[in-house]
Amino acid sequence: MRPLLLAGGRVIDPARGIDAVGDVLIADGAIVHAGPAAGAPDEADVVDCAGLIVSPGFVDVHCHLREPGREDVETIATGARAAAAGGFTAVCAMPNTDPVTDNQAAVGFVVRQGLAARAARVYPIGAISVGQRGLALAEVGEMVSAGAVAISDDGKPVASAQLMRAALEYARRFAIPVVDHCEEPTLAAGGSMNEGIVSARLGLRGIPSEAEEIMVIRDILLARRTGGHVHICHVSTKGSVELLRWGKDRGIPVTAEVCPHHLSLTEDAVEGYDTNAKMNPPLRTAEDVAALQVALRDGTIDVVATDHAPHHYDEKEREFADAPNGIVGLETALAVVVTTLCVPGILTFPELVERMAVRPARLFNLPGGSLAPGSVADVTVFDPQREWTVDPARFLSKGRNTPYGGRVLRGRAVRTIVGGQTVFRLDATR
Amino acid sequence: MTPTLGKDLLGLEPLSAEQIRLVLDTALPFKEISERAIKRVPTLRGATIVNLFFEASTRTRISFEFAEKRLSADPVNVAASGSSVAKGETLVDTARNLEAMRIDMVVVRHAASGAAQFLAERIESNVINAGDGMHEHPTQGLLDLLTLRDHFGALAGLRVCIVGDVLHSRVARSNIWGLQKMGAEVAVCGPRSLLPNAIAEFGVRVFDRIDEAMEWAQALNVLRLQLERMEAGFIPSLREYNRVFGVTSERLARADHPLLILHPGPMNRGVEIDSDVADGPHSVILNQVTNGVAVRMAVLYLLAGGKPELAEAAKADR
Repeated sequence: MRPLLLAGGRVIDPARGIDAVGDVLIADGAIVHAGPAAGAPDEADVVDCAGLIVSPGFVDVHCHLREPGREDVETIATGARAAAAGGFTAVCAMPNTDPVTDNQAAVGFVVRQGLAARAARVYPIGAISVGQRGLALAEVGEMVSAGAVAISDDGKPVASAQLMRAALEYARRFAIPVVDHCEEPTLAAGGSMNEGIVSARLGLRGIPSEAEEIMVIRDILLARRTGGHVHICHVSTKGSVELLRWGKDRGIPVTAEVCPHHLSLTEDAVEGYDTNAKMNPPLRTAEDVAALQVALRDGTIDVVATDHAPHHYDEKEREFADAPNGIVGLETALAVVVTTLCVPGILTFPELVERMAVRPARLFNLPGGSLAPGSVADVTVFDPQREWTVDPARFLSKGRNTPYGGRVLRGRAVRTIVGGQTVFRLDATR
Repeated sequence: MTPTLGKDLLGLEPLSAEQIRLVLDTALPFKEISERAIKRVPTLRGATIVNLFFEASTRTRISFEFAEKRLSADPVNVAASGSSVAKGETLVDTARNLEAMRIDMVVVRHAASGAAQFLAERIESNVINAGDGMHEHPTQGLLDLLTLRDHFGALAGLRVCIVGDVLHSRVARSNIWGLQKMGAEVAVCGPRSLLPNAIAEFGVRVFDRIDEAMEWAQALNVLRLQLERMEAGFIPSLREYNRVFGVTSERLARADHPLLILHPGPMNRGVEIDSDVADGPHSVILNQVTNGVAVRMAVLYLLAGGKPELAEAAKADR
């Protein structure tokens, strides 16, 4: 394979403090050079990156690829291609598949399907409990040997504090994060949106902020007790941010992610019973959104994650309370973050790269997240200025369920490189 | 310009005071038709109306059916019990099938909030919300307004307290919005576990004590207490509910003025309301039922494109 020179782009490599126009040279699947223009071998393919940002590849630590079980709504291959189209060079697939990814064979299946996709890398997250039933611990060690990078019962909160404690203690041996969807089940029961004036007006059962916050503080306290690394999924409330700050101030091993939709939309999006505004945790208030934006900037929230959740259109085309939770996010995440946070000056591009590439790779101990010579050549080239209109019909994901359809957003991945191979290139028509 | 009702009646929240007044005024001539020996005018002759009830209902369905028949429409009743999820066919398929049968109007009752709007956005026929989940029950709200206006002469400045399970009540929401738009003052009274947490943001007064609510209010709209609220842990027992929040004649006697008593039915006598109150001189519960037919005739007539001034003429037209 010929060397690849990404020439004349704005090279952002936060791990080495680099943010300057220069070149990135890739050969044999690894970074050879990233920094000031330094020339390239004659045989290199040269890609002009003027006006574009060249950064370590984005890593999404939270997505649902639906395979096995719901290949009609997404497969690992379509999900990995959608990820690449969104600028992600790696994604972590949640285990709430059918059957549940709760053993080494199931983990191995996800790994193999991911390799076969030849798009973004796919890392399996194993279940915390057998069948995600919240009772017995799954074989964590076996799953890690097979390639699992974390454990989570996402989709189902870990209701038992004792099980959570045991998972945090047990996972320490394998140095993987325990990833929790924080939801106190009795408070959230039957809820389909944020509890507040909008839910009261629309006559929809609400999910109060406290349903999340009670579990966030429980997990932080258990992390303090056990020393295990707890990673909090999709933080959605101002209160959770305050609790995270409390935990981090005390050096407790807690990290957290936030989704693009929680950074950009409020519960008002539910007006008219729009099922594409239904997700769990639900969209909250403007005050929550503001707190999440600040928390992402100051590092209280470590990373952006998509919670990409494709559904069949029939399943979303129904009564609000009966529609499933979740939206697709892989192909809009970058643009939503750029439009919502970078354009107004809340987040700089180096900070975006930090939160979407560097930190996620580090938290989940994944290759990538760096352009240092010798690093694996997982690279994202994106156009920070490019405006485009979200057209769900053109998604590479099988899912079309997005609240951003028709929106004009700014920022788009132009080329996604995994292990030195270009797995996505934005064609001129898109 | 004379207001119109638009294509659908989904709730009172989206309506203006002028639109609400239009329905109430249009209902007046229709009231008289129901007093005749031959209770039928040809106003909606040839119109096909489907009464699509996904939830059990006797009173509302019969009231709509009388309203439709007294206007000479052709109603078809569809009782699709259970949620569409459990039964297989989706609501969107139901909507498409109805549309394919070239009907003119759908009256829909459904357990899911937003179901009426969901239908209205997908079919060209007029949609009337006969109760969607915990959201709205606009014709009930309108008949309550008409009953209050009949008695007090005007709604502006009237003090009305809604008593009971506001949290789960579509009747409460339609009443709050309808009354507020017409200039009435609205209060609610009930166990806090059965009031929305955000109730203050509705712009209503909240009474924790029924006696204080009675001192304040000129009329009480007493909501039905569903027995399952006790099982779900919202309140301890029906007995205690009656003792703390029940509308009893002893309590009413302590207020320094008589209060008009409304109830959307069906009543749990001895729970939220005592029999001697329900059957007493200040109860207008049966007037509500009578007004229900007239209000529904008015809504059907207006959605079908009837001009308000023609409602008078329709009356004479035999």
